[in-house]
Amino acid sequence: MAKVLVFIDNPGQALKKSSLELLTIARSLGEPAVAFNGELHDDAAAALAAYGVQALYRPSAADLDDYLVGPKASYLAAAVQTSGATVVLTENSAEGKEIAARLSIKLGAGVITDVVAVDPDGTAHKSVLAGSYTTTARATTPVAVLTVKPNSITPEPAVTGTAPEAVTIEVPETATAASARVTARSEKPESGRPDLTEARIVVAGGRGVDGDFGPLEALADALGAAIGASRAATDAGWIGHDAQIGQTGKTVSPQLYISAGISGAIQQKAGMQTAKVIVAVNKDAESPVFEIADFGVVGDLFQVLPQATAEIKKRKG
Amino acid sequence: MEESLKIIVLVKHVPDAQFDRHLAGEANTVDRSESILSELDEYALEAALQLSEARGGEAAGNKVIALSMGPAGAVNAVKKSLQIGASEGVHLSDEALAGSDAAATSLALAAAIRHLGADAPADLILTGMASTDGETSLVPAQLAERLGLPQVTFAASLELDAGKLTARRDGDTHADTIETELPAVVSVTDQINDPRYPNFKGIMAAKKKTITTLSLADIGVDPAQVGKAGSWTAVETAEVRPPRTAGTIITDEGDAGIQLVEFLAAQKLL
Repeated sequence: MAKVLVFIDNPGQALKKSSLELLTIARSLGEPAVAFNGELHDDAAAALAAYGVQALYRPSAADLDDYLVGPKASYLAAAVQTSGATVVLTENSAEGKEIAARLSIKLGAGVITDVVAVDPDGTAHKSVLAGSYTTTARATTPVAVLTVKPNSITPEPAVTGTAPEAVTIEVPETATAASARVTARSEKPESGRPDLTEARIVVAGGRGVDGDFGPLEALADALGAAIGASRAATDAGWIGHDAQIGQTGKTVSPQLYISAGISGAIQQKAGMQTAKVIVAVNKDAESPVFEIADFGVVGDLFQVLPQATAEIKKRKG
Repeated sequence: MEESLKIIVLVKHVPDAQFDRHLAGEANTVDRSESILSELDEYALEAALQLSEARGGEAAGNKVIALSMGPAGAVNAVKKSLQIGASEGVHLSDEALAGSDAAATSLALAAAIRHLGADAPADLILTGMASTDGETSLVPAQLAERLGLPQVTFAASLELDAGKLTARRDGDTHADTIETELPAVVSVTDQINDPRYPNFKGIMAAKKKTITTLSLADIGVDPAQVGKAGSWTAVETAEVRPPRTAGTIITDEGDAGIQLVEFLAAQKLL
């Protein structure tokens, strides 16, 4: 049976949903193993066992987070060799893709990014050209590296749990030689809302919010949604750049995308057109966003959103 | 006075995202007929020009070389870069390169960068944060791995002082300060600067600048290592996603918020 190695960088207190998705995909492809970096807390370890992880690897070095990407890729390459894995799964974040990129050169392995599904034979499914095509692709090498987008599969624990013991992987001493150092790190304040790329619902604002995201935040909290923004809104400084959705920002594929005060030019569309349902509110009936919206309101978002928020609260009691 | 810099900026000729873009041919590669300089590469070029100008520009021996790999049309990305201000251009072009995936692309670019550094190695290799067609963001990190260099990727700011490069990188949960010595591979985001446009003087000056064309033989790469044959991934099928169609559009007459919620309830999204 194929061995599938999942890389989990800093599992934290509890595993993220995207990590659970990777474990679920790994089990559908073969025998799942995990290489993690950082501390492994009891709850996270219990989740790995519940998801049927057969083998567990930790790095010999504790300072991998002090460098950008390079040493993590060296560690992972060593873990792939020890485990005999033929498929490696990582998250689809900027760093996840870069670790995959360096790993692929070390192993001579093909890498496919932005994967949304993997067939049992290893065929990967993804969208390209900003969601205008869906393609299937395969690595033609003995080892395949896949970076998988969040919200690709419903996480499911294994029928039978396991009790994997962590094996230490020696990180080569040369691993840090040609790597940039992280000399300072400032944590961003937590919003209390779901992660934008993982959220089931996204409420996004553009030029039309005119600096006031208040009505969007109220609606997002009533729906348990994440907040996103168009480039116009982030460039204006109304909201942080990490909220940007579009060609040069994040790509999201939520169940529901509520677009408020965004015209929906091609740059924006690139980041959200694979959403399942799109709702748009805009004053301008000519906005391109109405061409792709399942439900559109030509109206003032400062009237429509608070009314919707109040109605949702009423229905939810 | 700081030492002069030799900077190679990677520029890509990509289909204009303002129009419909297509996959074509047996290998499902991107149709490049309506192509432009990738918008995201303009930020890398601007960053290179600013670093050069801060050290006295070309007059002080600084070089900004625009390197593009791609079919005949890719020379347009090089020309545009020269108009914007690059000091020389290099076009890596070979029929065998067609259909290269990120791994094969990084192999060819690494060989070209070594070739261009034969007399004096480049201090910096600058790229955009992604290509606007492939969108994988793999090449900068793969290039760094192949060249054995540190990578400073997704830089939102960049400072260079006495051979030490400092960058800010914004993540989702934290912002990092990254430091490295040169040489290094650096990719920059669209937050780093406001790229300049080519002006009349730049367009005229570009006509006198040199564009060198390199083949695989020139850079010592076996054609079997690149293109479809040398790629480690293959696109097997490609289907046009059915275009989204407009649904119900209403004009607010005082109760649109409630109608919106009714729509969500009907879709079981509450």
